[in-house]
Amino acid sequence: MKFTLSWLKDHLDTTASVDQLSTTLSAIGLEVEAVEDASAKLGGFTVARIVQAKKHPNADKLQVVQVEVAKGQPLMEVVCGAPNARAGMLAVFAPLGTYIPGSNITLEKKPVRGVVSNGMLCSAAELELPDESAGIIDLPATFVDKIGQRYIDVMGLNDPVIEVKLTPNRPDCTGVRGIARDLAAAGLGTLKPEPKLGAVEGRDDCPIDIKLEFTDDAANACPVFAGRVVTRVNNGPSPAWMQARLKAVGLRPINALVDVTNYISLDRGRPLHVYDADKLNGAVRARLGQPGETFLGLDGKEHVVDETMCVIADNNGPLGLGGIVGGEASSSTEATSNVLIESAYFAPLRTAATGRKTGLMTDARYRFERGVDPASVMTGLDLATDMIIKFCGGTPTKAKVAGTAPIEQRTVTFEFSRVAKLTGLVLPDSEISKTLTTLGFTINGAPDAAKVTVPTWRPDVHGSADLVEEVVRIAGMDRVPATPLPRLNGVTRAVLTEKQKRARRTRRLLAARGYVEAVTWSFITREAARHFGGGSDALELANPISSELSSMRPGLLPGLLTAVTRNRNRAAADVALFELGQAYRGERPQDQYIGAAGVRAGTARMAGSGRHWDGTAATVTMFDVKADVFAALAALGLDPSKAQITRDAPSWYHPGRSGTLRLGPKTILAHFGEVHPATLTALDVDAPVSAFEIFLDALPPEKKKSRAKPALTASDLLPVKRDFAFIVGKDVAAGDVIKAALSADKLFIQSAIVFDLFDGGQFSVDGKVSIAIEVTLQPATETLTDAAIDAIASKIIEEVKKSTGGVIRG
Amino acid sequence: MTSDTTTTTPTDLAALESEMTSEIAAASDLAALEAVRVAALGKKGRVSALMGRLGSLPADEKKSFGAAVNSLKATVTAALDARKAVLETAALDARLATERADVTLPVRLGPVAEGRVHPVSQVLDEVIEIFADMGFAVAEGPDIETDAMNFDMLNIPAEHPARQDHDTFYFSPGADGSRLLLRTHTSPVQIRTMGTQKPPIRIIAPGRVYRCDSDQTHTPMFHQIEGLVIDETTHMGHLKWVLEEFCKAFFEVDAVKMRFRASHFPFTEPSMEVDIGAEAIGKPGQWLEILGCGMVHPNVLRNCGLDPEKYQGFAFGMGLDRLTMLKYGIPDLRAFFSGDLKWLRHYGFGVLDVPTLGGGLSS
Repeated sequence: MKFTLSWLKDHLDTTASVDQLSTTLSAIGLEVEAVEDASAKLGGFTVARIVQAKKHPNADKLQVVQVEVAKGQPLMEVVCGAPNARAGMLAVFAPLGTYIPGSNITLEKKPVRGVVSNGMLCSAAELELPDESAGIIDLPATFVDKIGQRYIDVMGLNDPVIEVKLTPNRPDCTGVRGIARDLAAAGLGTLKPEPKLGAVEGRDDCPIDIKLEFTDDAANACPVFAGRVVTRVNNGPSPAWMQARLKAVGLRPINALVDVTNYISLDRGRPLHVYDADKLNGAVRARLGQPGETFLGLDGKEHVVDETMCVIADNNGPLGLGGIVGGEASSSTEATSNVLIESAYFAPLRTAATGRKTGLMTDARYRFERGVDPASVMTGLDLATDMIIKFCGGTPTKAKVAGTAPIEQRTVTFEFSRVAKLTGLVLPDSEISKTLTTLGFTINGAPDAAKVTVPTWRPDVHGSADLVEEVVRIAGMDRVPATPLPRLNGVTRAVLTEKQKRARRTRRLLAARGYVEAVTWSFITREAARHFGGGSDALELANPISSELSSMRPGLLPGLLTAVTRNRNRAAADVALFELGQAYRGERPQDQYIGAAGVRAGTARMAGSGRHWDGTAATVTMFDVKADVFAALAALGLDPSKAQITRDAPSWYHPGRSGTLRLGPKTILAHFGEVHPATLTALDVDAPVSAFEIFLDALPPEKKKSRAKPALTASDLLPVKRDFAFIVGKDVAAGDVIKAALSADKLFIQSAIVFDLFDGGQFSVDGKVSIAIEVTLQPATETLTDAAIDAIASKIIEEVKKSTGGVIRG
Repeated sequence: MTSDTTTTTPTDLAALESEMTSEIAAASDLAALEAVRVAALGKKGRVSALMGRLGSLPADEKKSFGAAVNSLKATVTAALDARKAVLETAALDARLATERADVTLPVRLGPVAEGRVHPVSQVLDEVIEIFADMGFAVAEGPDIETDAMNFDMLNIPAEHPARQDHDTFYFSPGADGSRLLLRTHTSPVQIRTMGTQKPPIRIIAPGRVYRCDSDQTHTPMFHQIEGLVIDETTHMGHLKWVLEEFCKAFFEVDAVKMRFRASHFPFTEPSMEVDIGAEAIGKPGQWLEILGCGMVHPNVLRNCGLDPEKYQGFAFGMGLDRLTMLKYGIPDLRAFFSGDLKWLRHYGFGVLDVPTLGGGLSS
């Protein structure tokens, strides 16, 4: 919403400066987006006269002109390149030192081809003013008595333009008068009384019938439609002051009839429409559209209407969309002699829906969808009639009104103490009364049980909280005293849930393993989503910003792998990235899960990547990411050795070099492994990548345990280590050998590790390999005898043989 | 050992001592010294030979001769030890002189130095730390929401002009015609919280939100943090205090200039927008809008089954990415989601930079 200072002063009697006005507007909820003050930009330019023009001695296309810049002052010599500069012409002059906004230069005294120019004659473009004509500004000869005066004063451009960003609850402030009322309430002046109108109600009946043709369920689409014809008008340009204001706020003046409707829309937030009455066929009707109907809009486009839209029609069909846009066929022109003025009320919701469907954003829609004052139907019609008669002459008929305005007298029960209760700001009752009254509310009854009647132009006010807002915003939010929120506990208690703590811990753990945390989009290409087990219709956006970002991601790996490629394309070959965030198995809340996933590409291993004198890093393998998973689970308090590792990782992992970590058959904790070469190809990744996914939601809740740690059971007796090398079949898992060894004795065997794997040489025949393990025995109360150790060793050999078929190497 | 030797005088012993000590002194390395030791003190050494003669001496000589030989042995032993120490030191010095590493060779700093936490994660940890101190728990909600949760329950009916500002991502309508959407703000978590928890309520709700908007300063996905307090007495003055305390703590300054402007949000009444004086981030003279807030609208309370005559409270919402950019001087929002290593390494945080109130939010 834009308006000028002088326009505001039509409604507000004030001495406040533009700065004061803007500060207050922003404070009370009418945020000032911009103030355009031409006097700051163009104040240095004056009206001047070219007394003499001669060709430049050294340049064909330049002239040297003598300029009268003020009455009775010596002429100034100026070099000018404009072809239209000529003796006797009135032009716009900028003295030396002036900043020229259009060319971003400040005039300096310097010779142009040997002749010193003492200023500049300016074009409209140099002043950043809209103008199509070539050359410098050619002022009308009537300005001859304005020589030496400021150009902006002469042209009426010295009216600062203020633009406010309206919140959708304030339809009343889509008119300058509404803004003036708010400012008056805020103490920056007083609201001027309504202007007196001339005789607007004629003697003859309105010659055009107006009908509302709605079924009951759609009757609220347009509950009232008033019209009046003014006959024998003389349409032409509107007065200069009106044109100047319209132009200042960015509207193009058309003709007096149209300008009046636009002006009242901006002045009062009351949209109107004018029809050339002679182009109408039969009664004007407000009704719903019918399938197949179309009309040519004032925007020059053909519009298709449907049965949800409110149209204005005559016998020939739709004339326009009610409350949104008029039609070309019935529009007024300079030739219009008889004009029908429309002032109606169109329902906000239907107007918004129609606007959205047609994509039309007009000043009328902007106002009707927010809720135009229903009481302004007649006042708006009369105001327009008055202006049209003043500007164009003519004779008004009686008004024709179909329906009744949906005026609802809303009364809110209001305890003034509610202001203090809700805001903490204690105000005297008198101030509360005054604010509400100045805003147009009527108060009846005592402050502890007042009945407050809401003005018709405030459809947003329904309850006491709304009245509190009115009072406190006008009082100023800065007057609300900051009040400490009572502390719940002397010392802060922990607030995070177990899941939140786990997420935090996982994040730091992965970063501590050299990973860099990325945040990638929640939506990916449908193709990638499908590759990773997603891409269902239910998770496909209906209006994605691009096909790159259209499917909700089923997991975190697609985004990370895409990032790997992007980084590799930017010469970062070794990439370790992780993400911790949500992914979607389906559209329901319970289908959203929190995962932590990581990718290691190239040689991005934990100890370091790339070439190094102390050992060049090897390409990452499944075991790098397996270690990440185990470390993460261990950091979350879960013993990873208690989980089962199965060989059934999803299809995007290498079938032979990947695993799934589970707790029982149903609970999947994590997948890890090399990424399937076909997946890498699908996502354009040109390096081997190993990856993992941990499902944080799947982790069992931590058991409540005492904060005291269990007693340390450390023996003073030295542990005994024994090595065993087993020849086993190629398919035997090392994990099973260890498990068997550990099961041989529960009391003394403390741990078993694999220290050597050998699958070449003499053992490779008949598909056998060697697995060497070191078993640590921890004596409890006394040193183990050789006999006891041998007994345990035999048991180990026996157990391994029993469960894996492995035999001890001789 | 010779049997024809008759007597060995003290003079002989002194000569022997002198001879041996010069041999010891002349030993140029540990092997030579060992040879001298064997020749003197070994089983067949000269001192041992003298000791062997002791038994054949008459008793009167035995004592004095024994004492003299013992003294000789002690002297020679001491000289050997001393020389050995000298030679050992020399040998070590010689070895060390050959052992020279190039101290300028670069080393790997290891994973803790390499790893980074994303700036948004870091700032979320900071924000949680601050609000936890004021008694706020952390609530969460799903990204895929219903129209009802994202709009209707928050007092934004269909066709309300406020919905136009939201640029909502929708999914295709289901069989019943209803369509799901991506939440445009974290405010649905207010509804979910009030639906499952009785007042008093103090929560913040961080998370991803989505708007179909993409340009220099907007991304289709970004992060918000919602705040909600509901009880029977909390008013706008408390809201102002909480925001002021938050800003001081977050920007780690003693004072922040704040400006509270009346505004409008369908789910709060009264509503405010809040600007901070940009001197908090070292840019004096400017105001920066950082959040919207207000008292929870009576309709929202009613929608959640709470009596607005009894319960009241405030809500606020702010952009987490924006806070991050302001505090840490990060210029481009779009880079947050690019996964670019250079950017992440530069703007990301180290593992050990865990924000705490006691130790400081930023290190």
